[in-house]
Amino acid sequence: MAALDDLYQEIILDHYRTPRHRSATLDPHDVHVHHSNPLCGDELDLRLRVGDDGQGRPTVAAVAYDGDGCSISMASASVMSEAVTGRTLADADDVAEAFRLMMHGEGVKREEDLGDGVAFTGVAKFPVRVKCALLGWMALRDAIRTYDEGAREHRVTHE
Amino acid sequence: MHYLAEAATEAYEAARATVARFVGADPRGVVFTKNATEALNLLAYSLARRSLGPGDILLSTQMEHHANLVPWQLVQPDAGFELRHVPVRPGGTLDLDAFEAVVATGRVRLFTVTGASNVVGTINPVRELAARVRAANPEAVVVVDGAQLVPQVPTDLLDLGADFLVFTGHKLYGPTGIGVLAGRPELLEAMPPFLGGGEMIANVTLEGATFNEVPYKFEAGTPMIAEAVGLAAAIDYVNGIGMGAVRAHEVALLGAAIPALEAVDGVTVHGPHDPAARCAVVSFSVEGLHPHDIGTIMDREGVAVRAGHHCAKPLVRALGSAATTRASFAVYNTLDEVDALVAALAATRRFFDR
Repeated sequence: MAALDDLYQEIILDHYRTPRHRSATLDPHDVHVHHSNPLCGDELDLRLRVGDDGQGRPTVAAVAYDGDGCSISMASASVMSEAVTGRTLADADDVAEAFRLMMHGEGVKREEDLGDGVAFTGVAKFPVRVKCALLGWMALRDAIRTYDEGAREHRVTHE
Repeated sequence: MHYLAEAATEAYEAARATVARFVGADPRGVVFTKNATEALNLLAYSLARRSLGPGDILLSTQMEHHANLVPWQLVQPDAGFELRHVPVRPGGTLDLDAFEAVVATGRVRLFTVTGASNVVGTINPVRELAARVRAANPEAVVVVDGAQLVPQVPTDLLDLGADFLVFTGHKLYGPTGIGVLAGRPELLEAMPPFLGGGEMIANVTLEGATFNEVPYKFEAGTPMIAEAVGLAAAIDYVNGIGMGAVRAHEVALLGAAIPALEAVDGVTVHGPHDPAARCAVVSFSVEGLHPHDIGTIMDREGVAVRAGHHCAKPLVRALGSAATTRASFAVYNTLDEVDALVAALAATRRFFDR
């Protein structure tokens, strides 16, 4: 049996108790996505403000999330917000892919860039909680895709 | 025609007789199904879909398990009846004024209600509701979902005033894969079959078939013989204790658990707080804590609770949340285990507050 401390690492609990970038608003913002998981009732709103890196590449200028969910999902969104702020959209998407691979037990890539995200390796030992950890990161990738397609809003229900 | 087959048939029919006695039904009105869900689907397809039509109301409630919501939704477009639901009040009881307003139309042809909620524990006044429905429309059929009621409260079909009662083996200390539809044989006789195949026929030609008598008309294919016999053994077990004693024990556990849980910081117990008004499932919310976190930590403390919507999303939504945590008591639970539950919840609270 995997240890509880693997699931609830101190870093995760810290982000749960003291969330970063958690806000119901982001003014101005360029894209807003809403992701929900009806099975567990998790709801997440994610807003992105898109900037420019000076070389014509769009960046994550600011990010804000808000929602209702378990400690794993909310802490993961907080960690994600820290990890991707300031990156180009393409790079942020790549970090999100690294997080996804890590959660599926496929090794840890871009360890430095994942930041506190590496604390979630223990969550991979609790298969039913993996989707909680992925929620914020999936919302981020959806927000990037939505922006790339020229839209401002998108709603996704995960089955 | 051999000994073993006869012994199996005898054991299966003895199980039917045991079930019939247990809920005060005629054995000819006892149909074995896979679970309570299948029993409700049987009624949806063979009764509601065939006998109800435009102008009729099928009245259910917001307190129901999905099993008592979805089957009726599935057949509604074919049958064309109006599907209505009695809302739930904030305290976790049915809105009887809203019930009365619908019933007073005289158009309720089928009323289906849970005997006791699997989420908030509320025991509904089924006898009074059934009588009111019949007074407004003598042709109305009353269906009771007894999945939670039958294992916890002495239940008698006639006393309930119901035409049909469904329940399931696995909540009654029995096996999975066995459910019961118990009802009035003459109503079953008037209903067309639900599933077709072996056992349920009298004669078959390539053009058509005539059907067996009830209850066999509704038991197509090889029956769940082992499961039915297992269910009867479970009923013998609770009869040995006495359903009255089962109920008294669970009321005592509730009386201890509800105030002790609410004494934990931030805990709200849903549903009626009077143990006499409820069955022994206790759903609660903890301020600032998500049910999935609570479930995970309590599991590690050795206490199994369920977290989620309990297959009753419209009800849980009415409680103002997406999910709750639920502790369920059975006859074998003890007051020490109530203490263990409360201690595990307090430990969970400390874990996240530390």
